[in-house]
Amino acid sequence: MEFFWYIVLASMLIVYVILDGYDFGAGIVHLFLAKEEKDKKAIVKSIGPFWDANEVWLIAAGGVLFFAFPTLYASSFSGFYLPLMMVLWMLIFRAVGLELRGQLHNEMWVGFWDKAFGIASLLLALFFGAALGNVVRGVNLGGVYDGHSMHEAHYFFLPLWNAEFSPLSERLGVIDWFTLLIGVIAVVALTIHGANWIILKTNSSLNERLKKLIIKLNVVLVVLIGISFAVWHLVDPNPFKNFIETPVLWIFPLIALVGIVGLFRVNKLKKEIYGFMYSSLFLAGALASSFISIFPKLLPSTNSVNPSLTIYNASADDYGLNVGVYWFVIAVILVGVYIFVQYKVFRGKLDDNDYGEH
Amino acid sequence: MLLYDRIQFGFTITYHYLFPQLTMGLSLLIVYFKWRFLRTKLDHFNDAAKFWMKIFALNFAMGVITGIPMEFQFGTNWAKFSELTGGIIGQTLAMEGMFSFFLESSFLGLFLFGEKLLGHKLHFLTGFLVFLGSWASGFLIIATHSWMQNPVGYEILENGRFVLNNFSELFSNPWLFPSYLHNQFASIVTSSIVVAGVGAFYLLRKKHVESGKLFVKTGVIFGVISTILVAFPTGDWTAKNVVKYQPVTFAAMEGIFETEKGGSEIILIGQPNMLEKRLDNKIAVPNVLSFLTHQNWQAEIKGLNEFDEDLYPTNVPGLYYGYHIMVGLGTIFIGIMVVALFFLIRKNLYNKRWLMWVLFMLMPFPYIANTAGWYTAELGRQPWLVYNLLRTVDGASPTVSSGNTLFTLLGFIGLYLMLGLLFVILVGKIINAGPSVQKH
Repeated sequence: MEFFWYIVLASMLIVYVILDGYDFGAGIVHLFLAKEEKDKKAIVKSIGPFWDANEVWLIAAGGVLFFAFPTLYASSFSGFYLPLMMVLWMLIFRAVGLELRGQLHNEMWVGFWDKAFGIASLLLALFFGAALGNVVRGVNLGGVYDGHSMHEAHYFFLPLWNAEFSPLSERLGVIDWFTLLIGVIAVVALTIHGANWIILKTNSSLNERLKKLIIKLNVVLVVLIGISFAVWHLVDPNPFKNFIETPVLWIFPLIALVGIVGLFRVNKLKKEIYGFMYSSLFLAGALASSFISIFPKLLPSTNSVNPSLTIYNASADDYGLNVGVYWFVIAVILVGVYIFVQYKVFRGKLDDNDYGEH
Repeated sequence: MLLYDRIQFGFTITYHYLFPQLTMGLSLLIVYFKWRFLRTKLDHFNDAAKFWMKIFALNFAMGVITGIPMEFQFGTNWAKFSELTGGIIGQTLAMEGMFSFFLESSFLGLFLFGEKLLGHKLHFLTGFLVFLGSWASGFLIIATHSWMQNPVGYEILENGRFVLNNFSELFSNPWLFPSYLHNQFASIVTSSIVVAGVGAFYLLRKKHVESGKLFVKTGVIFGVISTILVAFPTGDWTAKNVVKYQPVTFAAMEGIFETEKGGSEIILIGQPNMLEKRLDNKIAVPNVLSFLTHQNWQAEIKGLNEFDEDLYPTNVPGLYYGYHIMVGLGTIFIGIMVVALFFLIRKNLYNKRWLMWVLFMLMPFPYIANTAGWYTAELGRQPWLVYNLLRTVDGASPTVSSGNTLFTLLGFIGLYLMLGLLFVILVGKIINAGPSVQKH
């Protein structure tokens, strides 16, 4: 049963990144490229009916984490206290920016909330990437110094950064050069993803420029991923173990590769939705591969005193996990219906669609 | 330090619940306006629905924005509690995400923007689904709350962990239905008084008079029904649960320090004096509490003196005031609504300016009553997180230092002050513009 809920949780996180990821990317494009009010409005309209429901995937994934793996939820949420609170505040700023920009027709007002929305989107992409970096790198579970645990074996606390800024130091921080690298990769990948969404859902004058940008950013992405592979063994000496043991899992890195290769052809694609699908494939493949690389660990321990949190030692009891399957299956079917209705009603280009404003 | 964790949770939950208490009830009133429009085809019903949708949208956004920190804080600030009980309360909280948040968020966009796209009937349906989602959300939160007040369907393992052994008991918990209905009617009280209050404001200003009359009338009718139902039977049921499952809490909230032979009095006013264990300056009516609780004028009610001081609610005066403010305001609401109904039936309600002033000035008070009611429930449960089983002091995060908690508490205070200011400005703008102005 643990394995079922692990797959559920990983899938929900991947869906979250693909869906809310395009909102972040759209926000980043909005921040750096959209100069005219018409383009800004087009971008905001393209995510307007969706972003709130997209964010629910994060909340719902958090709920599933809470109920299926309570030990991991308790350990990671308290251990990553400050970064999580900052993520919360950024989510609040993004939401306020999006919801309030249209409430008053005043340049200063709109300008301010536009920046709040854009900067919050950028920082969220960076933080979520860094979060993935932290999970891959692991944390000092139990707070071990000189061979002694300062806390219970499954608790820890990380400050935002430490002077060494290194994933190899004894005193870790949330941000070090490795997690920052993963954060930057996330920003680049989500900017590409958001650009694809804007191309798909608007007739904005930016679209042609965005296609060129996607190809440039894709080069940057390939270089950054190359660098990350070169240093990966420093934080995880054996990332390919599961792939070698179960070769069918190579499908996931392959999916990511298909996505990244496809993105280079963004100018020649027959349909705009293919571009969005390629960036989705890259995100799904890359995230799944990262999760597989540490499986069955959920949060690796960087010391040899306390064991890593795994899907087996961090999960809830069997009865609860079993009974949860019943309501979860019903809920997922309903969610599928809602999403179908939502994307059906708001299909096509949205910037010319008069679905009304606040 | 536990204090900062408690203040942060208390502050953020109090602030959060200012918004859902309006939206849960208001969604019902909007659906009602829309339904009347479908039946009568009279435009002013549709205008009313549209006007309240704008207010609803802002409140809903605030509710979502301030709601996300609540789910995070279980893990960030109450990690030990989450670890020990996550297998149980995680069920209901995860169900809330899956069953109600997806429903609300998917259809809210359609409801707010989709009138032209969908036509009136489908638009009504999306409104109904948003209503359903928000009430489902309330239900699952109160199911979680009920388990903490009166734990059921669990066993405790040797390592202190609570594990679920009976899923259906989570929903047949005797605490759940009285509390849920009590809370939902209280939410309708808030929205009825706000709708009537805005209507009274328009009548006093002699602007948007037709809408003003509709709002006052609708608010008063919903208000009479909900203010009565919130007290009887649902408030009565809820209090009887407290007598049965948390007798020490009941003694504290009623301000009964000593068991009285021959029946307990009901305290109307007085200040708990915890040094001398007595109530100062009290005004009370003999034997009424015994009658209300047990339908017997002589029934004995246990006073605080019968319990070990270690088991007292942590903040007896706070609990006592919370309860008395809630009950006092609730009684006043019933009185005002009944008077308004009397004049409504006599067809001279709208030109009673004094009563319009009363309805207008009444608007903040249901928020106070709802908040005081929740403080009664929550302070009444202290010093426990899970009643009689897990103490609050044992539930906090073991590795988060007080410096970090104070930092985020100050951050929340600053952020929420800013949000509150913006909210007031924007709602004021919508109300000032009135229902007849459709675009912006």
